[in-house]
Formats: sequence, C-alpha cells, structure tokens
Amino acid sequence: MSNLDKFRTETKKWLDENCPPSMRSGADPSIPVDEVWGGRNAEYKNPESKLWLDRMGEKGWTMPTVPKEYGGGGLNKEEVKILNEEMFLIGARQPLLSFGIWMLAPVLLEYGNEAQKKEHIPKILKGEIRWCQGYSEPGSGSDLASLSTKAEDAGDHFLVNGQKVWTSYADKADWIFALVRTGAKEPKHDGISFVLIDMATKGVSTKPITLISGKSPFCETFFDNVEVPKENLIGELNAGWTIAKKLLQHERAFISNFGLAGAAAGGGRSGRDIVSIAKKHLGEENGKIKNSFYRTEIASHKIKEHAFGLTLKRAGDEGGKASATASMFKLYGTEHNKKRHELMVAASGVDGVAWDGDEFDQDDKNLTRAWLRTKGNSIEGGTSEVQLNVISKRVLNLPSQ
Amino acid sequence: MKLILTEEEQFLKDTAKNFAEERCPISHFRSLRDNNDPILWDKEIWKEMTTLGWPGILIPEEYGGSNFGITGISVILGECAKTLTPSPLFATGVLGAFSITNFGSSEQKQNYLPKIVSGELTTALAIDESSHHNPANTEMTAKKDGKNFILNGKKTFVVDGASADLLIVLARTSGNKGEMSGLTLFLIDSNDPGIEKIKLDMADSRNYANINFNNIKVDAKSILGDEETGGETAENILDIGRIAIASEMLGNAEAAFETTLDYLKQRKQFGVLIGSFQALQHRAAEMFCELELTKSSVLAAMKAADEGSNELQRLSSLSKTIAGETLHLVSNEAVQMHGGIGVTDEYDIGFFLKRARVAEQIFGSSKFHTERYANISGF
Repeated sequence: MSNLDKFRTETKKWLDENCPPSMRSGADPSIPVDEVWGGRNAEYKNPESKLWLDRMGEKGWTMPTVPKEYGGGGLNKEEVKILNEEMFLIGARQPLLSFGIWMLAPVLLEYGNEAQKKEHIPKILKGEIRWCQGYSEPGSGSDLASLSTKAEDAGDHFLVNGQKVWTSYADKADWIFALVRTGAKEPKHDGISFVLIDMATKGVSTKPITLISGKSPFCETFFDNVEVPKENLIGELNAGWTIAKKLLQHERAFISNFGLAGAAAGGGRSGRDIVSIAKKHLGEENGKIKNSFYRTEIASHKIKEHAFGLTLKRAGDEGGKASATASMFKLYGTEHNKKRHELMVAASGVDGVAWDGDEFDQDDKNLTRAWLRTKGNSIEGGTSEVQLNVISKRVLNLPSQ
Repeated sequence: MKLILTEEEQFLKDTAKNFAEERCPISHFRSLRDNNDPILWDKEIWKEMTTLGWPGILIPEEYGGSNFGITGISVILGECAKTLTPSPLFATGVLGAFSITNFGSSEQKQNYLPKIVSGELTTALAIDESSHHNPANTEMTAKKDGKNFILNGKKTFVVDGASADLLIVLARTSGNKGEMSGLTLFLIDSNDPGIEKIKLDMADSRNYANINFNNIKVDAKSILGDEETGGETAENILDIGRIAIASEMLGNAEAAFETTLDYLKQRKQFGVLIGSFQALQHRAAEMFCELELTKSSVLAAMKAADEGSNELQRLSSLSKTIAGETLHLVSNEAVQMHGGIGVTDEYDIGFFLKRARVAEQIFGSSKFHTERYANISGF
C-alpha cells in the first residue's frame, strides 16, 4: 500500500470515528445549525459543533497545510486533496469559519517571527481566538494607504488613536489585525505598520453599523489611547503596506470563491437556485421558464457563470499564478453574484422586494436581504473599479497618468 | 478533465504561431483580397500546411493522418486566425476529416481520407438554407428513386463552397421542415453537372458560396452515416465545427486586443499616452477578463470533444456563445480605440471587425447557442 493509500484509509477511519452525526450530510434537520466562528465568547446551539471544532483543531486539520510545529496538520498537497475528498464523501461540515484562517494566518506564516507564529497560529486554527480586520477608515476607503489611525512610539509599547470602519464582526471578535500609521504621511505607503491588537485592551470600543439589508455584519471600531505591546508588530516598522497588500490578495481570493461557491451551488450558501425561483414565480412550460425575456437573460447569465467557473478551474490546473488573476476573480466573482441576485429579485416580481410580515414567504424575504447584501461585495476588499485599475496596471502594463 | 494543453498540443500551437507570423502575416490576406483571388486562399500556403501534416490531424494513422485530436487542430486554427490566415483547414481539415473519419464507410474512408491528408481533396459542409443557421429547417429533398436518390434544393453560405471538391450535404429524406428527424447526409462530387455554385462576396473576403442542386442522382453509397439519422450526425459534426470556429474567433479576438493594447501604449493625445486614460483602461481590463473566460470555455470544449464527454453539446454552445460575444466586444472596441485610422481600409484592424461579424454567423450565432444552452440545461 502506498503512503497515500495508507493516509486515505487512516483519514477515512478517523473521520468515521470523530465526525459527529449532526456534522454530516443527512443530519437530523431538527438539530440547530451553528455558524461556527469560534472565539472567547462563542456560543453553540448544538454541542457537537464545538466537539467537531475541537477534534479538527486538535488534529490541525482546520489548516491542514500549516506545519505541525504551529499546530497545523502538516499535510502535503496530495494529502489535503484526500482529506477534502473524504470529508466531501461523508458531507462533513467545515468545522470553523475564520478570518484568522483565510487572511491572517497566511501572512503570519510569511512575515511573522517565530514567537508570533507560535503564539497566534495555534489559537487561530483551534478557533480559540476570533479575529477581525482593521483596514478601512472613514476617510480611507479605496485610497487605503491614506489611513491616519496613529500608533506613536511610547517606549515599550505603541499608543494607538483613531478609528476603523467596516470591521467585520468586530463586536464579536477577540483580536484585530490593523494597519496603523507609524511614519510620515508622505509618501503615504511608507509610513504604515501592521499590528495585532487585543480587543480587550482598555480604550478599544466597537459600534455596529446597520446596512441597507437591515443587518449589521460590520462595525466601527474606535481606539482611544490604546497601549499595544511592541512585540505585536508584524514585520518591519513602516513596512506594513507590503503585508497589507498580500493579505488583500488572500481576502480577494476568498471573496471571489464565495461568489463561485454560490454559482456552483446554484445560489450560494442559501441554496437559492435562479432557475427554480424563475419557474416558481413566472411559471413553467415544457420544462422551460415560461417568460422568454427572463429566460434569455437567465441563460446569458448562466453561460457567463459557467465560463467563469471553468476559468477558476483552469487557473487551478495551471498551478494558480494567483496574484495576476486574483483581481479578475474578485471582480467577476462579485459582479456575477450581484447580477444573479438582481435576476432572482426581478424574476420574483413583487415577492422579490418583500421586507417583512406574514404575507410573504420567508424565502422571499430572505432573498430581499441577501440581494441588498451583495451590493457590498463589489465594494469590500477593493471595489470593482480598483480591481480594474489593478488589471490595467499590473497585468496589461498600461501607463500611469 | 484538465484544462491545460498537452506538450504535443503546445508544440502544434507554437509551430502554427511561427508559421502564421512568417508565412502569412495579415498582408498575405490583404493581397488575396486586393487581387480578387477567385478562391481567396493560396494553394502554395495550403501545400505547406499539408507538409506540416495539418489536414491529417483528425485522421487515423492508417490513412496517413496523425490523430492528434480536436484540441490539436483547434489551437492551430486559433494561431492562424491571429493573422487572418485564409485556408481550407477549417472546412477540410476539421469538417471533412472529422465527418468521414467518424461516420464514413470503409470505402469512403479509403477513397477520401488519404487525399485529404495529401491536400489533393478539399471539402465543404452544406447545411444552411436561409440567412439564419438552423439545421432543423432543412427543406432540400433527397427523393428515393429505386436504388438511387434524387437531390434537389439550395444551400446557402457554404464555407469554402466556391472551391471545395467534395460536398457534405444535409437533405430531407422524410418528414417536414422544422424536424431534426428524416434527414440524411450525402457526399456529393462538386463537379456534378447538376451543381451550380454561386460565389458569395462577403464582408470578410473569404470563400463562400450558395449552391443549387438540380436533380443530382446518387446511390446509397453516397450516404454518410445512416439514412434518416443524418440530423444527429450533422449535429455532432457541427458541434466539432463550432468548437473549431470558436477557437478561431478567440485567436481573432486575442490579436485584435493585442494590437489595440499596443496602440494605447503608443498613441499620444493631450500630451500623454491615451493608455493612461482610465476611461480606456477599464474597458481594456474588461476585455482582458472576457478573453480569459473565452480561453477557458474554448479549452474546455476542445478537451470535452477529445475525451468524448457527455458535456460536449453544452460546452460547444457555451464556447460559440462566449467566443461570439467576446469577439463582438473586442472588434468594436478595437476600432473605436484606434480612432480615425480604425475606420480606414489601409489599417488592418477593420479586417477583424468584418471577420468577426461573419464568423459570428457560422454554425449559429450567440443568440442561437444561448437558446440551445438553455434547452440542454433543462430550463
């Protein structure tokens, strides 16, 4: 038996013994489903969510490629593929959703010192600490490098003052990774540093922002004379912009995958399928959507999403020359997701703009909120226009003004 | 299915790129057009392509071919399309070679395949009968007369129809217009006295003809595939043709885009390079993305054809739709971004616009294939 065959057998056995029944496909629908983000204050409706997280975290399989010395699974590419396949076969849920895993850990591995890696990565992948991102500010959106949250040298620590905005789930997070100004404002890219801040520190406060969807996934986060130990600086002082850009690439890849997962599932995590929505609200004739105008538009959109899915597959098969194409994937993943939601809303007629009350199906009301949420997709993590700028300059080498 | 070219396919692509750039730059096409060449492709160039083995790429080794597959021939067509190289490679090397290899009797294979490989025999596929592609609307008749069939009717917009030696013709042996059943494919010698070829003068200055069939008498040996199921056979041949033409269209679009990008980096107005204007940068970036989607779609369709995937039909319609829309966009933007010189005959970029609109019609427009994609997908 080859090593990989052996690994597959062992993995299958381990999953069989350790993945709780309610964490697999075919679980009893009456058991509540947790969206597991971990953290100090995590609450679980289903105790098996916690059990599954603990077991996978202990094994390091929430970040299977991370070296074992940092608590990861230490698996190679082939082994990860096998793990994913075996999890897919039993319909195992992802044990943990985490900005730490998607964004911070990859840059810590690249830029963090040994102590920082040993301190933070194990807590990220075990779901012990929940992270949020402190990038944008009220005056610094697309022009992120103009940020002004200040970190002054105060001997053994930095003294941080300022405000961040669009910090996802900051009200629930334990720590924040933030960009702060440690140097001069000009040239603006050069005076920025990347620091980690414990949200429990005195002077840190958060306030949720209500979005057009009526939900509040984002916060404003305020820093009022916050003392941050110097060992929380990642990389060199004033060299945070390089790290910031790298992290944005991870974020963009992650956001576009969300769009793609939506397309692949026919409608995202909600399981919304544009064709069945159209058939439900517009009627069906010989298996076809009855209204030919909507049908044409839906078909055109499906074709675009199909082509985009094939492009992601091709990028994978080519070995993922990520940086050049990450902007394209972010742009198309989010724009397609918006378009799909617009079409679902339009095909639903009046029901597609239902807000509340008993006269409407819950599915329709949820769709309205989901549609409004997609409007943020092409703004967060770099607007679509910023992505077009990146493609123009970095991929097409078009001249600057 | 890996969306990546094999070493062999990459080699064919590189060879074709060099060939097209060295032997038939766009000036070659221009001179054929300017000289009112009767067949609008060059016999010397076709001979050289034959020497490279290209007409035999879809033909098995026992008939002298190399059997390198749909991907192989399609990437060659894509490279040749970058310099607008006209040749019988699409109508003969793809449509003729694929049809006879896959559906021909052993006698037909013996008769025709070696001659296709050697470049002696060219072919054309005659399907359409009106201004819009729709095989089900075939009205041309093939009436049984004892052991023979008598063919009557008119075919339109036949690619390479003005010069092809052998015609592959879809005719109705039963049923009515609008039905895909009751159709049969025939192989007809284009020198038959009952055939009247009317050369078409199209915007892209390539070889097309309308063909009248007047009481052509053939026997059952001329049937390609089986009697009455020619509709299905034709769809299979057409799907391969659609993928190949989509690859050509991708090549057209890539070349038009590259040329335009170069222009944005050279042309100055208001004292700066026009490529520094964001109004143009964003449109260029969108074209880049559309081209990436097109590359993936065409590659997936070519691979599906070679692997005999049951997704072939859907991917064929996907690739023809996307290639059509992308080339439409890029050819329009290319002309617009070139400004005044973009609408002069002296400058090459207009050739791409004219080629684009004709190619968009070959074997079904993006609209036709969007509808077909929806039908296949079950909505």
